[in-house]
Amino acid sequence: MFGYYTTLAIRGLRSQVALTLLIIAAVGVGIGASMTTLTVYRGMAADPIPHKSARLFRPQIDNFGPAGGMGPAGEDGLQDRLTYTDAIALLQAHAAFRQAAMYATGLVITSADPGHRPFDTYGRATSADFFAMFAVPFLYGTAWTTRDDSDHARVIVITRDLNDRFFGGANSVGKAMTMNGEDYRIVGVLDRWQPLPRFYDLDASFGRPEDVFLPFTVAVEHKMQFGNVNCKKAGAGWDDMVRGECVWVHFWVELPTDAAAAAYRRFLDSYADEQRRSGRFQWQARTRLRNVREWLDYHHVVSTEARILVTVSFSFLFICLLNAAGLMLAKLVGRAPDISVRRALGASRRAIFAQCLLEAGLVGLAGGLLGLILTGLGLSGLHALVSDDVRVLLHLDALDVGIALVLAMLATIVAGVYPTWRTARLQPASQLKTL
Amino acid sequence: MDIQPILAAMRRNKFGAILICIQMAITLAVLCNAIFVIEQRSAWIQRPTGVDEPNIFTMRNKWIGEPEQDAARTKRDLAALRGLAGVADAYASNSYPLLGGGDSGNLGIHADQRHPTATASDYFADDHALRTLGLKLVAGRNFSASEVIDPTFAAEFFARLQTVVIVSQPLAQALYPHESAVGKPVYLGIPHPATIVGVVERLEGPYTRAGGYGSSFMGNSVLIPFRYAVPEIVYIVRAQPGRLAGVMRDAQRLLTNADPLRVLRDVNAMSDTRRESHRDDYAFVLVLAAVCIIMLAVTALGIVGLTSYWVTQRRRQIGIRRALGGTRIDILRYFQTENLLIAVMATLFGCALTVGFNLWAVSTFEMARLPYHYLAFGGATILLLGQIAAFWPALRASLVPPALATRSV
Repeated sequence: MFGYYTTLAIRGLRSQVALTLLIIAAVGVGIGASMTTLTVYRGMAADPIPHKSARLFRPQIDNFGPAGGMGPAGEDGLQDRLTYTDAIALLQAHAAFRQAAMYATGLVITSADPGHRPFDTYGRATSADFFAMFAVPFLYGTAWTTRDDSDHARVIVITRDLNDRFFGGANSVGKAMTMNGEDYRIVGVLDRWQPLPRFYDLDASFGRPEDVFLPFTVAVEHKMQFGNVNCKKAGAGWDDMVRGECVWVHFWVELPTDAAAAAYRRFLDSYADEQRRSGRFQWQARTRLRNVREWLDYHHVVSTEARILVTVSFSFLFICLLNAAGLMLAKLVGRAPDISVRRALGASRRAIFAQCLLEAGLVGLAGGLLGLILTGLGLSGLHALVSDDVRVLLHLDALDVGIALVLAMLATIVAGVYPTWRTARLQPASQLKTL
Repeated sequence: MDIQPILAAMRRNKFGAILICIQMAITLAVLCNAIFVIEQRSAWIQRPTGVDEPNIFTMRNKWIGEPEQDAARTKRDLAALRGLAGVADAYASNSYPLLGGGDSGNLGIHADQRHPTATASDYFADDHALRTLGLKLVAGRNFSASEVIDPTFAAEFFARLQTVVIVSQPLAQALYPHESAVGKPVYLGIPHPATIVGVVERLEGPYTRAGGYGSSFMGNSVLIPFRYAVPEIVYIVRAQPGRLAGVMRDAQRLLTNADPLRVLRDVNAMSDTRRESHRDDYAFVLVLAAVCIIMLAVTALGIVGLTSYWVTQRRRQIGIRRALGGTRIDILRYFQTENLLIAVMATLFGCALTVGFNLWAVSTFEMARLPYHYLAFGGATILLLGQIAAFWPALRASLVPPALATRSV
């Protein structure tokens, strides 16, 4: 039966080529516009580390108190980074399964080879746990150890890109690299790794990971500059930034179970309480522990622009579908004599209904395919327009393709229900007379 | 014109009329809000910084090696740059308008104020900054060379520091709304107040994200007379009119040859910086505008389609009416009026939808309230769109020959 309906449907579509093409165009344009914006939206709303996002947490402590500090704060008034004091205290407490403090810093890499000009890049000063906690893949070597952290060992892990650039892709583990005038030993080379959004430091939400990773202890010892810092009072030199109430350390912990997370929350509260008792805080300092997904929401990683565009383009898709519904009505009315003959020959209303919906589904599928082509065009157009930060999000994945096709078919079928129902209700006699 | 028969006909074709009505209403709602967003974003993209953008370029410089030498090396660079043919003036700083980020802080007018009076962007400057940026001094004076300080970033330094500052006019007004700010104190978060010696008409903060951090205090800027000497600084250079491209090339070569132990990058004309920093804003506006235009086209085509369908359906009735003495104009007017009725309903419904949409956007996107004249404009657009779209099918209807009535009745 299905085969027969399909044959009939295709024959039906071919008999009204112009109308059919118009419906396909209406569905296609709507799908094209909405899928283009949805791709960007889905890229921004993606889970960067799906298998662990519920287990990785970001602690926050209200060290500025009710008066607040300088610079931006979250909508709950909390700072997203910690002071050096708090970061060190949390690191030393070892209250989590894994923990890492981190910040981004500028580095100048020089080479003995006179052919290489000095070039500056970004490094991430962090703890040994960073790599295991974020499941970072290694091409060569391994991460440094917690022992290296405490020994202030001058070791680094570099990205595959940097390894390609400096060592032509060869295994560079054990080799030295000169950064800021000092030699560092390479212990590991990362494989391709680009979590999007770059959840661990949202100062560049869709930026690339830094080229170099080095121990936090070493970076602080060498007074390597940090980019973003907020202070309670106008800051001065390095010592004030490190000892004073200045937040600049990103901090992540891994808590494998809900019980561990609950225990860590209690630990944070007791830590804040301790700080109040010792006289550092004159207020009951709030603490927060957010996991990756909550953290991305808190930071509004999905931009207002993307949300506006998705809203507008889905409204547009709706308009396109209303249009398609109108066109289908016109089409089916044109087919009324046909349908009446089939009814008179014994086809049931259900059969007519099923066949018309199948036809709508086929049109929807064609519209979806056209929509995908238009999405491809839309994305390549955007590619030329947007900044690098948004460009990394412009990839159509298999799920996008599936969404486009299913959405197009379902939407077209829904749009076709009423016209189809009206057609199936036709009295065959009324039409047959006019033939 | 008698609308009774039109309403009667519409009642028999509810589905189509409702389809068109909803389409037009949603189009109206999306159009009004989208145009509002586009206008606001365009204003953000084009907002003036107060700086002589066409003649300025900037460079990011990072010193390699002895940090103690940074100040002296920067001083040498600036002397070389100012001596270069085609350069009007130059200075070194932490940031500049359109850079995308910089330093900012809370300000007050009394010591130990609980709540700050204003927030402002801080630019480190010297006595050449005003001339380099091309700022317009509206009150007071420029810094003198002796007022420019070599900061040490040690706690004792800030504890004793007494300095002068130049502020932008919006900040001057925020601090001292009823009197001239010149000669008045401003607390920058350090123990001693700074004294305002000058007010410039306009100097925007360095932030570029619409609605992002800094966008609420874009007009508030403070120029602090510090010779900024850290490893990473930016040079801001103003070329003599028409000589920018040549000066950009020469300046790079000059600095690299004079002292190769540095990384000199991001050498950009300020007009390019403006374009680059608003790339995503342009893309956003363009996509939004494109969707709106296609949406108008699709809605218009939908009207053409359904009206044509009605015309086909009613050919015989049209023929009869023509045979009974109805003129072509009557037929044309019939379909135009029918569309007008639907469009009026759509406009009423659409206006409500527009306001609802906007209120929702206000609460979720922190969008501004839509001014009511947008509704008038949007409504007029929709009515006109309907009339234009209905014209072609209506014209075809008016061409139905009266003789049709005599056939196959």
